[in-house]
Amino acid sequence: MSVGSALTPLPVLIPIGGAALTMFLGRRPRLQRAITLAALSALVAVCAALIYLTDRHGTIAVDVGGWGQTVPGLGPLGIALVVDRLSALMMIVSSIVLLAVVLYAIGQGIRDGDERQPVSIFLPTYLVLAAGVCDAFLAGDLFNLFVAFEVLLTASFVLLTIGATTDRVRAGIAYVMVSMVSSLIFLFGIALIYAATGTLNMAELALRLSHVAPGTRSALFAVLLVAFGIKAAVFPLSTWLPDSYPTAPAPVTAVFAGLLTKVGVYAIIRAHSLLFPGGGLDTVLLVAALLTMLIGVLGAIAQSDIKRLLSFTLVSHIGYMVFGIALATRPGMAGAIFYVAHHIIVQTTLFLVAGLIERQAGASTLRRLGGLAAASPLLAMLFLLPALNLGGIPPFSGFLGKVALLQAGAQDGSVLAWVLVGGSVTTSLLTLYVLARVYSKAFWRSRADAPEGALAAASPTVLLDDADDVAFIDRADVGRMPVGMLVPTMGLIGVGLSLTVLAGPIFSYADRAAAEVLDRQQYISAVLR
Amino acid sequence: MTTAFVPLLLIGVLTCSGVYLLLERNLTRMLLGLLLVGNAINLLILTVGGPSGNPPIYGRTSSGRTTTADPLVQGMILTAIVISMGSAAFVLALAYRSYRLTTAEEVPDDPEDARVLQQKEDEADEDVVRPQPQRDEDEPAELDELPLPSKTESQRT
Repeated sequence: MSVGSALTPLPVLIPIGGAALTMFLGRRPRLQRAITLAALSALVAVCAALIYLTDRHGTIAVDVGGWGQTVPGLGPLGIALVVDRLSALMMIVSSIVLLAVVLYAIGQGIRDGDERQPVSIFLPTYLVLAAGVCDAFLAGDLFNLFVAFEVLLTASFVLLTIGATTDRVRAGIAYVMVSMVSSLIFLFGIALIYAATGTLNMAELALRLSHVAPGTRSALFAVLLVAFGIKAAVFPLSTWLPDSYPTAPAPVTAVFAGLLTKVGVYAIIRAHSLLFPGGGLDTVLLVAALLTMLIGVLGAIAQSDIKRLLSFTLVSHIGYMVFGIALATRPGMAGAIFYVAHHIIVQTTLFLVAGLIERQAGASTLRRLGGLAAASPLLAMLFLLPALNLGGIPPFSGFLGKVALLQAGAQDGSVLAWVLVGGSVTTSLLTLYVLARVYSKAFWRSRADAPEGALAAASPTVLLDDADDVAFIDRADVGRMPVGMLVPTMGLIGVGLSLTVLAGPIFSYADRAAAEVLDRQQYISAVLR
Repeated sequence: MTTAFVPLLLIGVLTCSGVYLLLERNLTRMLLGLLLVGNAINLLILTVGGPSGNPPIYGRTSSGRTTTADPLVQGMILTAIVISMGSAAFVLALAYRSYRLTTAEEVPDDPEDARVLQQKEDEADEDVVRPQPQRDEDEPAELDELPLPSKTESQRT
């Protein structure tokens, strides 16, 4: 048993074990925090080892339980866990984000009224979410992917409705209903695929689905796409996201925005290139990508709440990834993979900064914010860097990812691809406009000019939203930004900037990952042996 | 391969009823809809697993059958049932909480969404400070506490 196959189950086992331990230690917050930090740090280390091993020695496949195979050349009897370059990259980025966000949440909790926040369930649930996300990236068969989705969704239900206030229950109801419907559609797709092929192991499916009639194949693919499209928030299926994410506490929104939609994107990549290559639905995906980009960003223009506005840009930028996937070429896929990594980091950072803004200024809506650049130049810097990154200003990684996608689109050369290239540029400009508007209103204008600038939340809140509105001048002094919140935010900004500095190696890695994803042979031969 | 017609018909009927219930706004009905569709899909998984046969345990036979039933579909259904039970419990808790908070258990609209939708063009600009109606300084302060008469009420009178 090699080092790689010994490490492969760990990204699921470590957080699940941590969740069990922290659940036991619900009454001892310090120990709980220490265990959570240790578990997530170990997760980062394991994921770093896995990315090194897969890049060096190729795809690792483990059949859990070691039941062996019935016939040589068929899939394993147990559940298959597979790490290739794509899933290793997704896991390392996710684990870094998970660690940074939990540091932020703990820092916020220590500073602002820990005694009122329900830590005893927050950290265990957070670790279960981490396990679900990693399991989704590792899953080598469709049913295990379904279970991973359910694990992370159930954890996200609890995190989204934490404290169960009126707003959160309202947002939670919509989120839970939509998620459950998407899970049912996924299960329906699994049943149909099992009926057509008699297996759910993805490597076996890749071989067997090529013998299925093309019409049936397209139908199966369409069912899966609807299920994953809801999770990834692709346009006609995206309206649930801006309604439900903004009401959650800042760290929860940050981690949801970074990871949950990207799990859907990852599933779309797998379904599109491993299970149904050369699919006839690329045109549909391209049109959906275009509409996602444009409608998402147009929605963002109308918003005045920063968190809602960021949620709309999140939807909009999912379109870029779907664009890269639907091109089904190596440069397109490489661009999409790079863009996923970039977007996880930058979107999480922006939501963390929004949390800082909410803490310092007592509001997250532009109707109340103003004068923040004078009050805290550091905060202005923290917002500006990821905002420019998301807007695609050179030399940030958002620019590099977009250029890669535009080049891939131009190489494709069809009319629709050129329309999408135009749409991408427009979306990028509009994103910049939206963020510049936030910057000029929240940071540059005086607070007295804001229509409701005289109001603010009475005190900073951590996980519960129980602060009443008071007059801004009556607000208690919140002091400087806590170091425990600043350091993780700055760390994530640093990681985002390192995507620019190390763009060469990371891009060539994304290119190798794309080649591997499109080739399929490595994946299939690693699992079927 | 032949497939029994009755399970397929049942799956269709269950799915139709489930989708009909899902389109309601009442949470309990939506949950019932989800459960019906979930059961329809479980039945579908069972049906696609092939005909019934011996229990999938090595060396066991039942009423002289020659084939063995597919154990995988049973495992999948079991997992799906457990998951949907947990989710249903969570939805019921949410519905109860929603009822306690708002005395309604319907899927509500997003107030911020409604506000953005209804704002007029000049209101959309967060730079404009709208003049507040001046209050008569002689008014006693207690009047601040009274709720303002809403528009519909003033139109009615």
